[in-house]
Amino acid sequence: MFGLKNTDLRLLLIVFVLTMAAPFILNPFPTESGLAQFNAGYPDLMQKFVIFGIFAIGFNILFGLTGYLSFGHAAFLGVGSYACVWMFKLLGYNVVPGILLSIVVSGLFALLIGVITLRRSGIYFSILTLAFAQMSFALAYSVLSNPKFNLTNGETGLQVYADDPQWFHSDRLPDLPHLFGLSMRATHKMQLGAWEFQFNAGYYMCAVIMLVCFYLAIRIFRSPFGLMLRAVKSNQQRMNYTGLNSRPYTLAAFVISGMYAGLAGGLLSAVDPLAGAERMQWTASGEVVLMTILGGAGTLIGPVLGAGLIKYFENIFSKINESVLHQWFGFLPDGLEDFVITLIYPFVGKGWHLTLGLIFMLVVIFLPGGLIEGGQRIGRALRGKKASDAGKSASTEPAE
Amino acid sequence: MDAIILQILNGLDKGSAYALIALGLTLIFGTLGVVNFAHGALFMIGAFCSVTLSKLLNLSFETVDPTQKDFLGNPLKVKTPYVQEWFGPEVGAAIIDWSVPLAILFAIPIMLAVGYVMERGLIKHFYKRPHADQILVTFGLAIVLQEIVKFYFGANPIQTPAPDALSGVATIGGSFGLNISYPVWRLVYIAFSGLLIFGAFAFLQFTTFGMVVRAGMADRETVQLLGIDIDRRFTIMFGIAAAIAGLAGVMYGPINAPNYHMGMDFLVLSFVVVVVGGMGSLPGAVLAGFLLGILEAFASTTWATTTIPGINQIIIYLVAIIVLLTRPRGLMGKKGVMED
Repeated sequence: MFGLKNTDLRLLLIVFVLTMAAPFILNPFPTESGLAQFNAGYPDLMQKFVIFGIFAIGFNILFGLTGYLSFGHAAFLGVGSYACVWMFKLLGYNVVPGILLSIVVSGLFALLIGVITLRRSGIYFSILTLAFAQMSFALAYSVLSNPKFNLTNGETGLQVYADDPQWFHSDRLPDLPHLFGLSMRATHKMQLGAWEFQFNAGYYMCAVIMLVCFYLAIRIFRSPFGLMLRAVKSNQQRMNYTGLNSRPYTLAAFVISGMYAGLAGGLLSAVDPLAGAERMQWTASGEVVLMTILGGAGTLIGPVLGAGLIKYFENIFSKINESVLHQWFGFLPDGLEDFVITLIYPFVGKGWHLTLGLIFMLVVIFLPGGLIEGGQRIGRALRGKKASDAGKSASTEPAE
Repeated sequence: MDAIILQILNGLDKGSAYALIALGLTLIFGTLGVVNFAHGALFMIGAFCSVTLSKLLNLSFETVDPTQKDFLGNPLKVKTPYVQEWFGPEVGAAIIDWSVPLAILFAIPIMLAVGYVMERGLIKHFYKRPHADQILVTFGLAIVLQEIVKFYFGANPIQTPAPDALSGVATIGGSFGLNISYPVWRLVYIAFSGLLIFGAFAFLQFTTFGMVVRAGMADRETVQLLGIDIDRRFTIMFGIAAAIAGLAGVMYGPINAPNYHMGMDFLVLSFVVVVVGGMGSLPGAVLAGFLLGILEAFASTTWATTTIPGINQIIIYLVAIIVLLTRPRGLMGKKGVMED
């Protein structure tokens, strides 16, 4: 069905069920219980899961298939966000034109950058993309926000003001991003015993788009084009010697992944109409690399998994403060309690980035194939097969 | 004329920081073949060495001076730094005043040790891994180092003033009929960087150790076959590269107050510098560092920014793009580096 093999179809169906039932699955603890802070089933976070899932799927098409490690993908995310908000400002709050434009603009932007950066491979490529992203950040942050030509609104972030034209806006429509009248913030709450489940319009729109993206990614992975990209990763030199120009293929992969990033940026603006330059910073680029690596570069489901995990832990870890820690470790004797808390404290709350960096290092050092590879290893160990098969699984060879 | 020389000085000043970091990056890349994304963090750690030293020197104890009263009428509490107690008030005050130059002595062993530990503890295991993994793991390390510094020193910039004697403004070029006022410390920084670069090149060029390292950069296997433990020498070179970045950071403190993300800001530009100079070329890195610094200074003049708004922010990247499109190996890049 849909031109997919059975295994892929099963994967797609699993992802479909998981995303559709996410408000239930991510809300396992009753609202009043102390564990409720571990719930992730509220709209804001769920939207982030799927949006960054899209971002990571797109990044994986470039990095996982061709091995070109881009360190500047956040630039496309940022460009997409700005494009979407501009559509809100000019046309009105309907999200469709905004999202479409964000894909187009980021695709063009990726084409421009890709033509230049893909002339080099390996480290050069990483550095060049990083430089471009930093340049875009500098442009968005200061240069393009001068009074004469205010494209990005600088530090404040681009947002819709009351005196914006909004040509197609009418009084019937909500004053927030909407899909033909359905507000992105519309949330249906369902009380079920001690649990409260939230079904958010914005989340479901993003989830459907993510499923489409995921489907397209599967098709790309299984297509002759995807095979060509894998060939670039495994041995570009040999491909060149056979007389095949690999540049169009890598460029296409770069543009596609840029469009995915732009779409993710557009959706970020669609659920929250404020676009800031900090989305383009190198930390944001690094984050998507981490998501992909953590899940498993080159695998289909890995990046989505990685994106979900990173965003979940970011949210949970940042919420833990000193008093929460005292609550948890209250059962310990006083001296030990303080000791444990001083030990943990640097890693939680504001120290989330420290934990992120450590996870990053640990994953790259011990599990370069990501969680998927880890899962495969465990599975293989359980089934008692030899570990020598491990070499077959996805690895992250660079393009050189 | 004055204005032009002033901008050149500005450029040399910024350029020397770029050149020093780029030099270290190229040294590491040339010897170990590793792209070190944590090099900016080493620059930052250097700057925080001087912050730490000045905090240590300012450790003080309180005494109550019954002869003086504070504004509430209580006996005045006087803080006396320990160094003033030990060495006498004048010498102690001078030591505190000169804390940034003193930090050079303090930072060299620390940076060598940090570099040594980094190479032996982490980077050693990544020689055989793909470049992408090297980039990623050092990137992670950069985040970790940065966050550790943030945890202990906070997110705000910390002032590290230059010694009083060097914090004024100098008027130079009087004998040539010029009249340029320029902060003394920036001149010191330029001179210091020049010395450091000169020292690094002299070390590589005129010592036996340097000769072996250069031989190892050219052909590692042959050097190993000659029975030389090249890995150990490369580890030491990593420490030296770390120390160069650290010293650049120490001396940069009085120009820009150190904060935890200063390293990353410089790192991106230093990478661009390395690429423009030509990957693996030491003179190229230094040359490109100064050139791009000067270019950035000229782009920051009012005339340039009014003609093309924001040119100062992007000029370096634009130049990098043009250089890469016209001379893909960079200004002084050699054939065969990173082209496999």
